Amino acid sequence: MNEIIGKPIDRVDGRLKVTGGARYAAEFQLPNMAYAYLVQSTIAKGRIRSMDVSKAVAVSGVLAVLTHENAPRLKTPPEDKSFESKLGEKDLLPLQRDQIYYDGQHIAVIVADTFERARDAASLIKVEYDPENAVFQMEQALSQAYEAKESFGRKAQSRRGDPDAGFAAASIKCEETYITPIEHHNAMEPHATIANWNGDELTVYDSTQWVLGTRKSIADLLGISAENVRVISPFVGGGFGSKGFMWAHPVIAAMAAKTVGRPVKLVLTRQQMFSATGHRPRTIQKIGLGATREGKFTVVSHRTTTQTSVVEEFLEPSGMSTRVLYDSPAMEVKHLLVRLNTGTPCPMRAPGEASGTFAVESALDELSYKLKIDPIQLRLLNYADKNPQTNQPWSGKNLKQCYERGAAAINWAQRNPEPRSMREGRFLAGYGMATATYPGNRSAASAKVQVLRDGSVIASSCTQDIGTGTYTIMTQIVSEALGIPVARIEFKLGDSKLPKGPVSGGSQTAASVGPAVQAAALSARSKVVKLAIADKDSPLHGRKEDEIVSKNDRLFLADDTSKGETYATILGRSQVPFIEAECQTRVSTREKSGDENTGTKKNEAGAKESGGGCFAATSDENVDREQYSFHSFGAQFAKVQVDPLLGMVRVVKWVSVMDIGRVLNLKTARNQVCGGVIMGLGMALMEETVLDPNRGRIVTRDLANYHVPVHADIPDIDVQFIDNPDPFINPFGGRGVGEIGITGAPAAIANAVYHATGIRIRELPITPDKLISA
Amino acid sequence: MEAFAYREVQANRSAIEALATEPQARFLAGGTNLVDLMKMGIERPKTLVNINSLPLQSITVLPNGVLRIGALVRNSDLAYDERIRASYPVLSEALLSGASPQLRNMATVGGNLMQRTRCPYFYDVAFACNKRNNGSGCSALEGFNRGNAILGGSDHCISTHPSDMCVALAALDAIVQVEGPKGERSIRIQDFHLLPEDHPQKETDLGPAELITAVDLPNLPFAAKSHYVKVRDRASYEFALTSAAVALDIMDGTVRAARIALGGVGTKPWRSTVAEQLLMGKPASEAQYKTAANVALQDAQPRKYNSFKVELAKRTLIRALLTVGGMV
Repeated sequence: MNEIIGKPIDRVDGRLKVTGGARYAAEFQLPNMAYAYLVQSTIAKGRIRSMDVSKAVAVSGVLAVLTHENAPRLKTPPEDKSFESKLGEKDLLPLQRDQIYYDGQHIAVIVADTFERARDAASLIKVEYDPENAVFQMEQALSQAYEAKESFGRKAQSRRGDPDAGFAAASIKCEETYITPIEHHNAMEPHATIANWNGDELTVYDSTQWVLGTRKSIADLLGISAENVRVISPFVGGGFGSKGFMWAHPVIAAMAAKTVGRPVKLVLTRQQMFSATGHRPRTIQKIGLGATREGKFTVVSHRTTTQTSVVEEFLEPSGMSTRVLYDSPAMEVKHLLVRLNTGTPCPMRAPGEASGTFAVESALDELSYKLKIDPIQLRLLNYADKNPQTNQPWSGKNLKQCYERGAAAINWAQRNPEPRSMREGRFLAGYGMATATYPGNRSAASAKVQVLRDGSVIASSCTQDIGTGTYTIMTQIVSEALGIPVARIEFKLGDSKLPKGPVSGGSQTAASVGPAVQAAALSARSKVVKLAIADKDSPLHGRKEDEIVSKNDRLFLADDTSKGETYATILGRSQVPFIEAECQTRVSTREKSGDENTGTKKNEAGAKESGGGCFAATSDENVDREQYSFHSFGAQFAKVQVDPLLGMVRVVKWVSVMDIGRVLNLKTARNQVCGGVIMGLGMALMEETVLDPNRGRIVTRDLANYHVPVHADIPDIDVQFIDNPDPFINPFGGRGVGEIGITGAPAAIANAVYHATGIRIRELPITPDKLISA
Repeated sequence: MEAFAYREVQANRSAIEALATEPQARFLAGGTNLVDLMKMGIERPKTLVNINSLPLQSITVLPNGVLRIGALVRNSDLAYDERIRASYPVLSEALLSGASPQLRNMATVGGNLMQRTRCPYFYDVAFACNKRNNGSGCSALEGFNRGNAILGGSDHCISTHPSDMCVALAALDAIVQVEGPKGERSIRIQDFHLLPEDHPQKETDLGPAELITAVDLPNLPFAAKSHYVKVRDRASYEFALTSAAVALDIMDGTVRAARIALGGVGTKPWRSTVAEQLLMGKPASEAQYKTAANVALQDAQPRKYNSFKVELAKRTLIRALLTVGGMV
């Protein structure tokens, strides 16, 4: 074996990216392309009384203006449990009606021969509204809060034991309310679509985390067959959840292109993204912890009230991870929803876990001070050796090691537990920690591997690389399976013509697509081996398949390396242009009972031989996963300095120790955790979307007013991995790593700020005004 | 963005004539603010007159010791000029606390003086704003006004002047040199920016077609001990919640002279002469600095979301005074 999996190799697409060669959706140039610009509503609720587009139409170069009055009619997509056909806002088909549900709703699109002309014309459209009273702050509508049913198949309300008895039995209680604000993903690359019709066939270049979701959604909305839609998305400049479900703009681009009979490029501005491409909704979370004097939990309760729009029911499931984090005899998780006249929320990096762990891990910290027990010790006292909700064993959990290594790396031992006791110059210093957690998701995927006559390889799957390193780790998996160096392997993704891959969400791409790619590569290798064995001119002629290994392009006998030959030699003698195998793996660890992340039964999984000659997925599919619970855990440690006079917080040191099973590529994995931590730092200290209190229009709608961390805010980040393979998730033992880095990070900072100052901030972000007013 | 004409000029007179003949023309220097505003549909000049070739690029010492900074000197060049760093560190620090390196490499001294507010209601044409359209109303008064001014506001406008550089210039009593159709004149920095009163759209004392040619820094030996403190929501690339520019002349523990200006709190760069006078002849002590800070903010008119600025501005000023006074 090459043993290339796990090596911190450079990104295979790195050179393309730094030289500008990587082409993102908006960078495709098609002949005769026209440019679209969106117009958005400026009221939060009401109706459009009239739209005067005459001046816009008169602008030189303007080709079309589409509004609810003249836009092509769309079809309502069917209910789809796989969510593949799903508009981000299911009750708002774009440009179909005069009804306004929130400020910033798309109400028109202008198409012109240049972007500048389209934008100029957009400013000339005069809209008259009949406004109605809008409700856009949660506090205005708490009386209408209702219990949510589910979050993507997981039950939204759950309990175990007797929570009331748990509180009654508690010697020490901690009951506090924590608030997280609306936050926006703000991926670097704006949402962008190019739509190009050729007769009845539509090609879409889109920045998306789910090529096949976009294809199905757009086809269903337009009322055409998905077979007639091709979606291409080779590079995505970050998504963070905002490019998972399709928003309105790709279908608007398709309508516009149909109308003008030319390819149309539609790029959202940063300002437009704030209302029309999702956000993490605000949460009000009431945490109740009960414990014995010794620090053993008697109850954990987590009641979340959060908001969605009036055109979609999205739940930020903040309490979901609370069910499995700690061992407590009693537990209650509730989720309440309020519907508001705001844009529609959607998953944002660790949806639920990021907001929820801020509340729970802050509350544990508060309890630790009440109990005078070290925060790490409190977590160890309530350590869950098995899934406390289902009593299943974990597929792999090494959280104790995470605590130990993190504590050592940040020098936790020298922390004086007394709040406001540590000074460094004029700063107060503080240490904080929190547990990180994210489900170990895996779902069905397919892949194809072709070995060409020259011994080079083309592997493919319709997955996406949203900046996480998919190209690189898939190439490593192919390389290891075939014994062919990375440089001779091309991995293709982001095209709906390729074998089916899942959404790049839920941190599942490596764990899901990886096994399919591996199975296809091993199957292709097996076919080449069989070819050699059958070929009497081959030195491997007549040998058994399991005697043969591969490395450095060569297939050879394990016990006599001189007996072998290269892939190119074997294929060169044969008459075939290439050897290929296509595999589908249907293994899933997504929860089915509505309770927990449980793996599929042995007989439900199973690699499918899709006519592609897949031999190799058997051992993977024969693992009985039903008895296991799949979760990743980790420990976050922060050191902060706080200027007590000015209320400014600086994070000066960071340690993350993560247990994600086997690490496939230390560089890309570290990069994901760093990115998560930085996003968590932003969440802790600065990120907040604010609506105008009178109109419900977002007033922080650009990167000057919506603050994301800059380099100067970021300390040295020490990322460590336990790197023990998870024996049950997949053959290489790796769970995903895209989201866990943000979880626990805001709480670790809030806890460190408390330790530094003695001030507990329970509403994010922790800005100077809050600290000096406390 | 609306279509506009574009021309380049090589001499001050042609620049001035260009604006005199086309009142809706604007000078283009670094463009770091103007171009953004044009994209947003807030600035709609008919003509852009590129003045980057004008001979206003140098920093020179005049015979009377005044340091003359050409209006087209880039913020980065000014911040790293050895004379500025040695004699007016508060100005260098203020410049380097503003924007990002890329922006500072483009932005000019004259452009920084003309920088417009970052009030979110000014920046979004969907909202009423008297600065954009006088008479339409001020959305910030009862809106999200966390970043807005607590000093110098009116019922028509409470937008904050965003510049860091200008706060330091206010403390240094800089003189703005301008040239216009009627010739040259000098404007004290304190008179250059106007309070909004009932004319928020008129922000400076500049007359029609007047061109900023230079900023003069008077000789001020004690400015060698000066300092700029800025409090903000992140470590860089962020406007001030509050800031303070301070210079102190201390002899034998007594303040002989003081210069104090505040940023992030005023509708214009906020010089506080009352606080300066209070300190004169007093001990250079923390207690006196606190008194001065209270006086500097005594006229503050906070709103719903920016009341924290009163206390934060005081603390910011105290930190600056303590730093210059050598007691931190």
